Amino acid sequence: METVTLTIKSQPVLFLEADNITPDVFAGKSAADIASLHAYEGRDQITLGKYFDVAGKAGATAADTKIVVKGDVSRVKYIGMKMSAGEILVEKSADMYVGGWMQGGKLTVKGNVDAFAGLGMQNGELIIEGNAGNYLGAAYRGDWRGMQAGVIRVKGNAGSDIGTFMNGGTIIVEGNVDVHVGTHAEGGKIIVKGNGKSKIGGQMVEGEIYVFGTIDVMMPGYKYIEDVDLEVDGVKGKFALYHGDLGERHPKRKGQIVYGKLYQKI
Amino acid sequence: MSEYLIKNGFVFDPVQGIKGDKADIAVKDGKIVKSSEISSKAKTIDAKGKSVMAGAVEIHAHIAGPKVNEGRNYRPEEKLFGYTPKKTGSRMAGGFSIPTTFKTGYEYARMGYTTAMEAAMPPLYARHVHEEIKDTPIIDEGAYPVFGNNWFVLEYLKNKEIENVAAYIAWLLTETKGYAVKIVNPGGTEAWGWGLNCISIHDPVPYFDVTPAQIVQGLLEANEYLGLPHSIHVHTNNLGNPGNYETTLDTFKLAEGYKAKNKFGREQVLHHTHVQFHSYGGDNWGNFESKSKEIMEYVNKHDNITIDLGQVTLDETTTMTADGPFEHHLTELNHLKWANVDVELETAAGIVPYIYSPNIKVCGIQWAIGLELALLAKDPMRTFITTDHPNAGPFTRYPRVMKWLMSEKARKDQIDAFKYSDKVVAATHLASLDRELTMYELAQMTRAGPAKALGLAHLYGGLKPGMDADIAIYDLNPEKPATPDEIEAAFSRARYVMKSGTPVVVDGEIVSHGNKRTLWVNAKVNENPQVVRDIKDKFLRYYSVNQANYKVANHFVPNPYIIEVDATQ
Repeated sequence: METVTLTIKSQPVLFLEADNITPDVFAGKSAADIASLHAYEGRDQITLGKYFDVAGKAGATAADTKIVVKGDVSRVKYIGMKMSAGEILVEKSADMYVGGWMQGGKLTVKGNVDAFAGLGMQNGELIIEGNAGNYLGAAYRGDWRGMQAGVIRVKGNAGSDIGTFMNGGTIIVEGNVDVHVGTHAEGGKIIVKGNGKSKIGGQMVEGEIYVFGTIDVMMPGYKYIEDVDLEVDGVKGKFALYHGDLGERHPKRKGQIVYGKLYQKI
Repeated sequence: MSEYLIKNGFVFDPVQGIKGDKADIAVKDGKIVKSSEISSKAKTIDAKGKSVMAGAVEIHAHIAGPKVNEGRNYRPEEKLFGYTPKKTGSRMAGGFSIPTTFKTGYEYARMGYTTAMEAAMPPLYARHVHEEIKDTPIIDEGAYPVFGNNWFVLEYLKNKEIENVAAYIAWLLTETKGYAVKIVNPGGTEAWGWGLNCISIHDPVPYFDVTPAQIVQGLLEANEYLGLPHSIHVHTNNLGNPGNYETTLDTFKLAEGYKAKNKFGREQVLHHTHVQFHSYGGDNWGNFESKSKEIMEYVNKHDNITIDLGQVTLDETTTMTADGPFEHHLTELNHLKWANVDVELETAAGIVPYIYSPNIKVCGIQWAIGLELALLAKDPMRTFITTDHPNAGPFTRYPRVMKWLMSEKARKDQIDAFKYSDKVVAATHLASLDRELTMYELAQMTRAGPAKALGLAHLYGGLKPGMDADIAIYDLNPEKPATPDEIEAAFSRARYVMKSGTPVVVDGEIVSHGNKRTLWVNAKVNENPQVVRDIKDKFLRYYSVNQANYKVANHFVPNPYIIEVDATQ
């Protein structure tokens, strides 16, 4: 695997929209080719070379390419957008849309990310070692296709509206989350190892949400069913199972009505 | 003004009966003229080895107005990755099933379409429709106000007052600068306001107590009483439901015995739109099947009706119609987001995204039915190509529809690509149809036919001297067989398009915004004090706007082409 290293030289005046920073676009390109790829700063089209020193070279394919992003890129959006293979390592924090519509490969951010990380994610692995913003693994505004598959792991906390319109895949937040979790979800699994607040699983049709800590306000559309013993992300324990959101339509499968499942650790 | 001579092309013109002969087309002052009438200064355009046709005419699409714009508003996800930036000569354009106004004009023009009709204008929001029409470059446009659920119409028809209906139509066409009488789910959309629907043409509308059959027939009579350029334009009840072909045939039969009465050369008294959605057999989605043969047998035998297809293009699209109850039915089926609007006293609308997937049996059958209608048509002058944009697919897929109609191989390839091809074949007739439309038939279905049905045969649809110089040149050489993909590519990007004598597309790119016109009908009737009083009364009692603020003022329509109709005799 070949490695390309991008080191930010100076902070852009406006936020940089850099959806070209992906193994797919870099594949087969030299450092000079990569430096001449475009990005947007406001309405101006600029080259990546304006803000980044580019070292190394890309592999022949996306799968053979690793990108290391050095320095503070908390003003750079869309890193790893639509990436299908290969690897990206962001050593500090990044702005919005990290790994948006990601299709495969592995993307790691050592710092924090802002909103919309893993938006509409189709597959792959997204690891955020710091905190994540709002709309993690959700659907783009208006879309009904949130996260479809793959794994998102956040070692810190996450914001509000995570997993909105989620259809598949797994989101693990090791810290706490803000309001609205798995709204409108029709599949997938959300594990919150810290505390939840309110509106967890609102209008959820199908899918699973696990909360290890407290829930400030339970949605009225959830009904307690039974206590179950489970192992969730390596943690064994007893969970209270709730079915919901009872205000929403629910499909029938093999004669059984399928509900959204909310498990709270006892 | 400029003169042009288009030389050496293979010309297809149903108006003059030219079937691919080499001929020169001369243009002067925006009109087609005889070659002898232009000077030696005329600019020559070499069309050697290419096909030349009149600009195509769109008879039914939802391309302007509040419903379309609501679709744009509530589908931001559709526009996310589809924008093209501003270029010299063209503005930023985006969207797929609900393109921006600019993209609408550009895409029609690039395909060689030079005229398009907005198929459903809510009268109260006519100003919005005209604002969008004004912002759609190049193509001439008109809009059909909807009448089939209008309280005035329902009340007059309850008392069988055809003259009053005619006077109201004349008033509303002038007031809204509308083009024709559109009927959507007659009575059913009003019933929807009561949580009900009219499934057959004999279900009475709540409160008004008239039936869809009475509404259609009454509006048909009023339309012919006025002698409007277009006939009534009908989307009948029971759209999209298995077994609905009987409702469709019942609706067709309402036109029996009527003859067209107008000075525009129009011969039909009823145009039925997107017939694909109305040609379904079976009684559930499991035994759903094509009834295109029954439908086309009737259409072929009755020359006072015309139809358009509503061809499914197998895309992700956005359905939008004034058929409010149908859209609710659809959102219950696919669970995707639903928008619903009521337009006081007049109509309603609903919007739901829809994915016509080749992996779903029903979608494959719908796709086949549309093509069957065209391939079973004996008279291509009465069957027109549409996708009911954006309901069955975006209009930008016309080249693909043309490919399917012109190539049996292309159809077979698509059938083979279906997940349930055996089931689709079993429920349809398409696999047994080997007809391939000719370029001449295509020109009939997309040019001369719709122009005639709209009463615009004097302007559009042909290349006869005296007609508007709307001309499209395609990279298709009839002497060399084209592959299906070459057919689609050629119709997607015309080599050259002229609108009213102005070159607007050269080598597939927009070179000018042209000088688009808005077509509307100014119908005069004898003074009718009752209708005048009723209108005033309704505005005082029910409308939330003042009558003086209802009219579409002239500045909304800066470049009108007014068609005068006089029914005062």
